[in-house]
Amino acid sequence: MTKYVGKPISRVDGVAKVTGKAKYAAEFKSPDLLYGWVISSDIAKGAITHIHTADALQVPGVVQVFTHENRPGLAWFDLSYKDQDAPPGSPFRPLHDAEVKYSGQPIALVVAETFELARYAASLIRVEYKVEEHATDLHANLSKARDPKLGVASLLKPPPPKPRGDFEKAFSEAPVQVSAKYVHSAEHHNPMEMFATTVVYEKKGKLTIYDKTQGAPNSQLYVSQVFGLPFKDVRVISSYVGGGFGSGLRPQYQLFLAVLAARQLKRSVRVSLTRQQMFTFGHRPATVQHISLGALNDGTLTAIRHDAIAETSQFEDYTEIVVNWSGMLYPAPNTKLSYKLVPLDVYTPLDMRAPGGVTGVPALECAIDELAHQAGIDPVELRLKNYTDRDMNSDLPYSSKELRECFRQGAERFGWSNRNPTPRSTRRGHTLIGWGMATGIWDATQGPARAEAVLTVNGKLRVSSATADIGTGTYTIMTQIAADTLGMPIEDVLFKLGDSDMPLAPIQGGSWTAATVGSAVKVACEDLGKKLFKMAQKMKNSPFANAKPDDIFFADAHIRLKNDPAIAVSLREIVGQNGGRAVSETSTSTPDFLEQRKYARSVHSAAFVEVEVDEDFGTVRVTRAVTAVAGGRILNPKTARSQILGGMVWGISKALEEESVLDHQFGRFMNHSLAEYHVPVNADIQDLDVIFVDESDTIVNPLGVKGLGEIGIIAMPAAIANAVFLATGKRVRELPITLDKLL
Amino acid sequence: MQTILSSETGARSQNVLPEKRSITLTINGLVHKLELAPWTTLLDALREYLQLTGTKKGCDHGQCGACTVLVDGKRINSCLTLAVMKEGSEITTIEGLANENGLHPLQTAFIEHDAYQCGYCTPGQICSAIGMINEGHAKTLQDIRELMSGNICRCGAYSNIVDALQEVMKIDSNETV
Repeated sequence: MTKYVGKPISRVDGVAKVTGKAKYAAEFKSPDLLYGWVISSDIAKGAITHIHTADALQVPGVVQVFTHENRPGLAWFDLSYKDQDAPPGSPFRPLHDAEVKYSGQPIALVVAETFELARYAASLIRVEYKVEEHATDLHANLSKARDPKLGVASLLKPPPPKPRGDFEKAFSEAPVQVSAKYVHSAEHHNPMEMFATTVVYEKKGKLTIYDKTQGAPNSQLYVSQVFGLPFKDVRVISSYVGGGFGSGLRPQYQLFLAVLAARQLKRSVRVSLTRQQMFTFGHRPATVQHISLGALNDGTLTAIRHDAIAETSQFEDYTEIVVNWSGMLYPAPNTKLSYKLVPLDVYTPLDMRAPGGVTGVPALECAIDELAHQAGIDPVELRLKNYTDRDMNSDLPYSSKELRECFRQGAERFGWSNRNPTPRSTRRGHTLIGWGMATGIWDATQGPARAEAVLTVNGKLRVSSATADIGTGTYTIMTQIAADTLGMPIEDVLFKLGDSDMPLAPIQGGSWTAATVGSAVKVACEDLGKKLFKMAQKMKNSPFANAKPDDIFFADAHIRLKNDPAIAVSLREIVGQNGGRAVSETSTSTPDFLEQRKYARSVHSAAFVEVEVDEDFGTVRVTRAVTAVAGGRILNPKTARSQILGGMVWGISKALEEESVLDHQFGRFMNHSLAEYHVPVNADIQDLDVIFVDESDTIVNPLGVKGLGEIGIIAMPAAIANAVFLATGKRVRELPITLDKLL
Repeated sequence: MQTILSSETGARSQNVLPEKRSITLTINGLVHKLELAPWTTLLDALREYLQLTGTKKGCDHGQCGACTVLVDGKRINSCLTLAVMKEGSEITTIEGLANENGLHPLQTAFIEHDAYQCGYCTPGQICSAIGMINEGHAKTLQDIRELMSGNICRCGAYSNIVDALQEVMKIDSNETV
């Protein structure tokens, strides 16, 4: 029964967000609160020879300056510093020693009675370095590319599959050939909320930590291991997160520094990063890709080669799935895929919205467009010709794949049949017009998670799980699932999250929260329902005395008999039998691995885009875009649409605006502010339209959902680049497509 | 290899700290008396000294708009304003918009149109929208897009924000793009 699931329910946390009552990590106060200001390294590689802190320490109100010279002894082994999203390697340890591994590395923390004093005192600190030569330029170091190290993370991010067939032979014999190089620079997540941690130092040294994170349990694990504290003394709370996009998948260094200071000073401490410091940890890695496609004259793909080389740090091997998509989307019999890393003197890259997906798929989808143009075939036509219901990498059928329907409905809504296929031949005033399209694909995964469901004595349902809501709508969809599972009115259901005291859930990333935590919430509510039914059966003169679990259902906060719904017992009455106590159940949901392993599980999309290019200035504007998504069951069309709209905005950003520019002389990101790191503003976003096509899937998870956090971004960059080609006749293979590349 | 000095020097080490002074701020109709150092921004005064944390810090450089508040009905970036400069002004923050009759129409419209995701830029968006309406220049959807471009929403809720404003401002959507 779905009274709420599938309906466009407004966010349950909406009032908190529009009234300013929703509190984020830096917004909790404690009477003894101190403020930390982080000092970042000026050099990219070398060693600190001296930090002059005396001037800062003389400032009245400055309490301490922490550096590698006075930090306390901490965990010895790398394993203690590994969080849930740590790639293979040796995690960075703030203030560990004098070594500087990257520009912007935190090298000191000034702690003072006020924020203003800490900021001022930080300006008095002088640092001397012994500078070593650094390497930060991916393109200058491509010869150093090597295979990534394998580790636990490789399970979730498998390396490329072995070659199929004989690429070289098939490619050389192909009458239609495309070969091109695709490039993009590093990008930074830049959620609106800057990273911050408020550590409240409680009695007996217990810590209550308000942290910006996409997984409170992940931060708890990190703090507990690094500082050698029992879990019970470390509580991490993250009720509201001002955007994540992957940046909160790993604990960031302000968490370490705030905990360190709080423990040393036995006081509460808040450390917030500056916007500039938001460019001093994980980022989407700069990547260079080569793609070669071979096809018959009718557009049938015979050969695909996709090679990618990405940057990583000198201390960890961050990897992404970049090239595997090429073997999944198209059933070419001859494929050869490779993925390599170049270690540079930068911080370890970090999953950023659709990591790898929005790197590899746009390159592939631009190459496919080049092929279609060369073969003189409509791009949608070419994709339909090379359609597959099997993932050829794993040689498994898709659990569901309504991509064909995405093409059909997307094209129809957009008016694709009116497309003029001749480049640089459509104008509107002094602008050139072009239409482009592309495909998107992302994994539909599910992990294990736990949830607790409680029926309170006054008949309200309270459900919780230590997951996150980074703006995705977790609060709302979980409330809907819980309300429907136990037949409760939605206003009597409260879902809570973001607290390490709650039942364990994995970090929120990879579009798997709806599937993972949603399944756990469903199971916990079902188990609570079973318990309540048993209690109802034991009531005096119970109408259910002889009923079986299959004979009843939950509706309107009652248990009712299926064959006579008028016979009912209210849940409140049942909980009233429990001696004044609430009734609760905590359950674990585990994916059906045996069944799931028989299928490839993916979410798909198709994006259609119109661009206007100013002929004189080379400026590009996306005037309208349609994205059609095959995302399984849509739990909430309102929040789901927002997820896709946000992804489309990110796609526009990636295609046209976003780029972290390194100054290789200093090994430092130059445009480290929101004035110079361009992301779309309101005026950049015009007419966006979202379609969800019907897709039923009983394999992916008990809810049939596929997750929508990433899929909205993936098809957009290629659709835009392809539209720019049609508008201008120029193929720009280096993102973002800024005006200089079109003049 | 070489040894370098960071660009900062110790020249400022003679600690001449600014004296705290008493200031009076009128926020959401309430008068607050504060002892503040003059280098305290209006944004930090609100968030750190008055616990009015609805106003957000997104860059501290006037680049993102998250800290937008209304001062005498005009929208400003509170991070670029020192608190001492606003004595005698009427300051309105997100906390001051709802009243006993319920939410401000813009707050209701933001919820209805899902004009946010993470919610962090939302108070600034709403205060900025009120300021924009007060300015009286926005006549079309394209005007709204242009005049709301000082407020970044990284989640990308722009089209829903425009929808929410359009409803409240009763603007005809037949206007061409």
